[in-house]
Amino acid sequence: MSKDIRIKKGLNINLVGAAEHTTSKAALSNVYAINLLDFHGLTPKMLVKEGAEIKAGEPIFYNKNNENMLFVAPVSGELIEIVRGARRKILTIKILADKSQEFITHDKLDPATASSDAIRSFLLKSGCWPFIRQRPYDLIADPETTPKAIFISGYVTAPLAADLNYSLKGKEEFLQAAITALGKLTPGKIHISIGKSGDSPLQGLNGIELHKVSGPHPAGLVGTQINKIDPINKGELVWTISPQDLVILGETMLSGKFNAERTVALVGASVKEPKYYTTKIGAEVATFLYASGVNTDNFRVINGDVLTGSTVKPDGYLGFYNTTVTAIPEGDDYEFFGWNKPIFNKISNTRALTFSWLQPKKKYNLTTNTNGEHRAFVITGHYEEVFPMDIYPLQLLKACMVKDLDEMEQLGLYEVIPEDFALTEFVCISKQPHQQIIREGLDLLHKEIG
Amino acid sequence: MSDKRLTFKKRLHILKHHYRGKKMAPAFNAFHTFLFAPNETTHSGSHVRVADDLKRAMNTVIMALIPVLLFSFFNTGYQHYSAINGFPQAFSIWDHFLTWENFWLGFKLVMPLVVVSYGVGLLIEFIFAVIKGHEVEEGYLVTGMLVPLIVPVDTPLWMLAVAVVFGVVIGKEVFGGTGMNILNPALTIRAFLFFAYPTWMSGDKVWVHGAVERTGTPDAISGETILGYLAQNGSYEYSLSDMFFGFIPGSVGETSTFLILLGGLFLIFSKIASWRIMVSAVIGSLVMGLIFNGVVDAGWISTGSKFYGLMSFEFWQHLLVGGLAFGIVYMATDPVTGAQTNRGKWIYGFLIGFISVMIRVFNPAYPEGVFLAILLMNVFAPTIDHYVVRGNVRRRMKRLKHATILPKDTEQAEVPKVETV
Repeated sequence: MSKDIRIKKGLNINLVGAAEHTTSKAALSNVYAINLLDFHGLTPKMLVKEGAEIKAGEPIFYNKNNENMLFVAPVSGELIEIVRGARRKILTIKILADKSQEFITHDKLDPATASSDAIRSFLLKSGCWPFIRQRPYDLIADPETTPKAIFISGYVTAPLAADLNYSLKGKEEFLQAAITALGKLTPGKIHISIGKSGDSPLQGLNGIELHKVSGPHPAGLVGTQINKIDPINKGELVWTISPQDLVILGETMLSGKFNAERTVALVGASVKEPKYYTTKIGAEVATFLYASGVNTDNFRVINGDVLTGSTVKPDGYLGFYNTTVTAIPEGDDYEFFGWNKPIFNKISNTRALTFSWLQPKKKYNLTTNTNGEHRAFVITGHYEEVFPMDIYPLQLLKACMVKDLDEMEQLGLYEVIPEDFALTEFVCISKQPHQQIIREGLDLLHKEIG
Repeated sequence: MSDKRLTFKKRLHILKHHYRGKKMAPAFNAFHTFLFAPNETTHSGSHVRVADDLKRAMNTVIMALIPVLLFSFFNTGYQHYSAINGFPQAFSIWDHFLTWENFWLGFKLVMPLVVVSYGVGLLIEFIFAVIKGHEVEEGYLVTGMLVPLIVPVDTPLWMLAVAVVFGVVIGKEVFGGTGMNILNPALTIRAFLFFAYPTWMSGDKVWVHGAVERTGTPDAISGETILGYLAQNGSYEYSLSDMFFGFIPGSVGETSTFLILLGGLFLIFSKIASWRIMVSAVIGSLVMGLIFNGVVDAGWISTGSKFYGLMSFEFWQHLLVGGLAFGIVYMATDPVTGAQTNRGKWIYGFLIGFISVMIRVFNPAYPEGVFLAILLMNVFAPTIDHYVVRGNVRRRMKRLKHATILPKDTEQAEVPKVETV
């Protein structure tokens, strides 16, 4: 059964540098790294020491709050460095890869017959659990809880993000295995959303509730879809997982090996040949970035899309959850009378001598310039135009800024995560850091209410 | 930037680093960012941002005010000379209105108001920015332009300066500066003038240049506004087109409904000002006007009543005279002091229009009410928003009754439990 969701409010950010539908194999990376900042709020406890030889799929650390939740190495090799920051906080764990890869193998698991406890413990010990994320608070799902439903978005609207209809093709077997397994972890439904048009590999799966979504970004964000399908109430819990990670989940169950391989879209205006690469979680970005070539010296590499990704150096590493790597020009230059002259080459949602409304289909080459300075909230009504949830965005942001827990709860902070505020942040004339405000609000709420 | 020459841009860049962390940095940055959009890049969240910034938004409002300002130059001269020499019989725009003589007189009288308003206001903004160590925010760019347009032309400059100091410090800076104020600063300035120096702000003399100083002499001229005539149940000799195009006495920039309408359309088109507030304020004033017309038609008040003149005034003509149109387009739409939710904007705008006409009719001392109505609604805007937002909260609470809250224990998890809160 499929239900249609039509999103009207929003804004598509059309950028140059979309990936062509060809996939190459990325060069092997010498060093792979797990970036601990990918796991917000996690306190890791190391299981192996520097210099240890480890196999692919071997646990290297666990969650201090739940010692069953293991995090595994994407490749086999030598653990060469544990990079620590202030107060000895672990930031990055680097592994020098072996020439020939050795895997740890688990007993295979048939998701159709396995019990929910067996699935749970398999996912925890195989290192697949961290792919499952929970709302509220945008954290790795707590294995001791049961969500009311699981949401998966197969509809991509984020600027330049990897096209799932392309990158998931042929992976139906793994997807189905993962869905069958996850279905046993919730008494509720598994909601999968796909684009209204297009041929999604997700639509033929069994045991799901299919939704067809149309409309501009953020229609593809799972948060928007949750809000329209079955909004989160106080005390409720939902899980989300991205379709690419479902593939790893399914493959690990069927083969018994944790295969960290994934298809990544390399995109952005600074990339000469934007296209898809197969590589592994934690691989050095440079191994495929320079294979496609860059066309400027001064660019920024982003783990993820331009709205929600994190900055990474070209010699940095592919993030745990990322399926897109973007490179766009840095905008660290002044612009003469940039505040009053007519603008044709940048996106705007106003018409104040900005002319992007004339060509809604045009693709833009946006830089990282903020186009203005940080100011107090002044102009109202612009966020609402790009925010389709039944939430007052400005009021929720202000509640987070003044740390008013009651207001945060009542205005719907449980339903959102930072990425839902990426578009309001994009259109913000006052250049306020919306995602950071929401993140801090969520952390506070989690700490105080739990 | 590979060019080795020391361009103007690079010199300023070096200077910016020189000033970094120093007391005068905000002052320097204010000038620097005026010339060049800064080289700041994104550090958290979205890596790309829209083209607009607050300067552009404010500049858009100023652009919508420029035609009104230019018109006020001519009208100031035209009203003055016509009051002395009599209104021309066969009025022609080119021969009688858009003349160099009119422009020059108006320019000489209005520009000092603009200069004092900006000079004093921006000076205070800079001082506060330097003391508090934050950047100079753009809020005063619009306020500074609004202030000279909403005062009578002969307002003494020292009086204006005092009022600007009061308005900016008490109306804005004590609340934390741009974006934090409760009352519209321009209207706070206007209200201060009105209550501190009422003889300069109301009556039948102040609206035309020279009328006050000629009082009592054989050359005395009238400076009465249409609303003033109506309040005294008198008659006036202005045609509808005079009212619409603005060839009437009044505050400096409020007279031309036509240009204000164009400015309003520009602001709506550019999405800088809220069309909801403008439309609902127009509806509100029409409704109140209709009610008064209805009272007159029903014969509930006699022609002798002191309210008869204003109450019997055609309801839609209220929009053409006085400051109503100007207030609706440029002041009610102030996003900081107005309602911030879309539904709240409808209520807020409607009440501004409604109360403006009500005060206008019933105010015995001064037949105009827009600025008081907007200030009043500024105070109530947070309350309106509060109730609109409560609607959303109630919806969420209602939903909560059907929440599926599952126990945090894997063994019992097989049985879903529906909890009623």
